[in-house]
Amino acid sequence: MNDSVISVKDFTKSYGDFVAVDGVSFVVHRGEIFGLLGPNGAGKTTTLESLEGIRTPDGGTLRVAGVDPTRESHKLGGKIGVQLQTSGLPDSITVDEAMKFFCAYHGVDPNFNLLDRLGLAEKRGAQYHQLSTGQKRRLALALALAHNPSVIFLDEPTAGLDVASRVDLHNIMREQQESGTTIILATHDMAEAEEMSDRVAILLDGSIKTIGSPMDITATGAGLTKVSVRTESSSLSDPDITLPAVSQQGSKDEYSVFFSTDIGPTVSAIINHIEAQRDSLIDLRVERPSLEDRFLEITTNGGSQ
Amino acid sequence: MTAFTNHFTLEFRTGIRNRTLLLMNYLFPLGFYLMMGFVMPVINPLFLETMIPAMVVFAILAATLLGLPDPLVSAREAGIFRSYKINAVPANSILSIPALTTGLHLVIVTAIITLSAPLLFDAPTPVNWSGYILTFAVTAFACAGIGVLIGVISSSTRMTVLWSQLIFLPSMLLGGLMLPYSMLPEAVQKIAQLLPATQAMNAFNGLAMGKVADFSPWGSLIILFTSGILAFGLANYLFSWDSQNSTRRGHPLLALLVLLPYLLGMVVL
Repeated sequence: MNDSVISVKDFTKSYGDFVAVDGVSFVVHRGEIFGLLGPNGAGKTTTLESLEGIRTPDGGTLRVAGVDPTRESHKLGGKIGVQLQTSGLPDSITVDEAMKFFCAYHGVDPNFNLLDRLGLAEKRGAQYHQLSTGQKRRLALALALAHNPSVIFLDEPTAGLDVASRVDLHNIMREQQESGTTIILATHDMAEAEEMSDRVAILLDGSIKTIGSPMDITATGAGLTKVSVRTESSSLSDPDITLPAVSQQGSKDEYSVFFSTDIGPTVSAIINHIEAQRDSLIDLRVERPSLEDRFLEITTNGGSQ
Repeated sequence: MTAFTNHFTLEFRTGIRNRTLLLMNYLFPLGFYLMMGFVMPVINPLFLETMIPAMVVFAILAATLLGLPDPLVSAREAGIFRSYKINAVPANSILSIPALTTGLHLVIVTAIITLSAPLLFDAPTPVNWSGYILTFAVTAFACAGIGVLIGVISSSTRMTVLWSQLIFLPSMLLGGLMLPYSMLPEAVQKIAQLLPATQAMNAFNGLAMGKVADFSPWGSLIILFTSGILAFGLANYLFSWDSQNSTRRGHPLLALLVLLPYLLGMVVL
C-alpha cells in the first residue's frame, strides 16, 4: 500500500466569507480504506466533491488516480465510482434502466449481478420514485461499483440501511479492497469507520485535526482505558488498594473496575497483586477508548489535543 | 447500442411515463387543436386556411417552451446532473437529448394534426411538402434551443414559468396563430417579428401553404435557424451541473443574445 492513488496538498475552498476547507493535505494509498470523519460543516463533503470533480478548489493541488479532478474531469468518470450523499435519478427511470444507462456511458456491460447482490432483484422493474430510501442508496452504490472503478467514494453509505444490508455493504467493501480498489469513506458512524478503515482523518472547521489508523488515534487520546477483573477470592475488591496509573476504581457485579491512563503498568500490577494474594484470575477485560470517544474528545475540545 | 442511443431511447420512454411531459407534448396541443378546429371556423372561416401550420406551431411552442425547461431545472435541483457528471455523462447529451426526444414527440403530434385536419375540419393541406417539413424542422430546432436555454438559465422552476410565458403568451396573441400578421397595427407587427412564432408562420405561409408571405420566408428560416444555433451554443456555455454551485462561465443575461437574429430581422426584413 505504498503507491498513492489520491493526494491532496494545501487544499482550500471557501463559499463567500465561509472557509469550508482550510489548507488540508493528505495521501491515500492503493487498496486502502480511508475514513473521512468530522461533524456537520467540517468540510468532508466539500473535500469529497472536489476530489470527485464536482467542485472547483480555490487553492491547492488535488490528484485522483493520476488525474486532476478539476482540469481533467472528463477523464475522471471511468476511474471513480461515487455514492453521493444526495444524488438523484429521474423519477421514472427503472432500476434496470439506470444500470444500463450508466454502464453505457462507462463503456461496460450492465452488471445486473450487483443489483441482485444488493437486494434489488425484486425491484429491477421498479421506477426510482417507488424505491425506499435504503433501496435508493443501494442502487446508488450498485451504480458506483458497476464499472469496476479504481477509486470509490462513499458518502454516508450505510445511512438508511438495515442491519443485513449494512453487513452486505461491508463485505462488498472488503472484496473491493482485496481487489486493490481504494475506498474513501465519509461517515458519521464511528463504529463503522473504526471497523472498516485502515486510516482515518478527523476534520474540524475545515482542517485535519488528526490522521492515522483508528488504533493509533485512540491510543493517543487522554481517554481512560477500562480494566474489569474478576478473581476467585475477590482480592481486588478492597477500595484502598493502590495501583499505578489508575485514576478511578469501583466495582460492578462481581468485577473490580479500574480506569487507567497507562494500561501496561496497571495490568502488570493487577497480575502481581493477584499472585501475591494467592488468588486466581477468572476473567480480565480491557476496553480501550473507542474512536467515538476520541472523536468526541477532539471535536468538543475544538481540536486541541 | 451506444451511450447516446441508449440515453435517447431512455429519455423518450421516461418522457412518455412523465405525466407533465405527456400533457405538454400531446394532450395540451392535441386538445387545443380539436377545440380550435371546432370553434374557430365558426368565428373566423379564414382560420382554416392556416389551421395546420398554426396548430403545429402551437404544438411546438407548448412542447418546447412549456415542456422542455422545467425538467432541466428540476433535474439540476434534484442533483441528477451531479450523478450524471460523476458518471461521465457529457453536458452536450444532457442538453441535446431532451431536445431531440421532444422533436420526435413533435413529429408524431405534427403527423396527427396534418393527417387529421383535412378529414375532420376540411383544412387545406400544404402545397409544398418539402417546404413544410423544412419549416417544421427549423422551427422545432429554434424553439427547442430557446426551451433548453430557459432551462439552463432559470434559477428555479418558478423562473422557468416566467421566462417561458414571456415568449409563449405574446406568441399566442401576436404570432399569427389566431390573428393574421397582416391585420396587426404596423408598430405591433415590428414587435411580433421578435417572436419565433411569427417567423415560423411567415415561413409556413410562404414556403409550404402556397400563400403570399408578409416578408421574406427564407429570411424567417435563416432567423430561426441562427437563433437555434445561438440558443444551443449559449445553453452549452451557460450550463451549470449543480444548483448549489454558483460557478458559471457567464452571466445568465447573456442568454438574451438569442434575440439578436430576431432584432436584425426586424430591421432588415
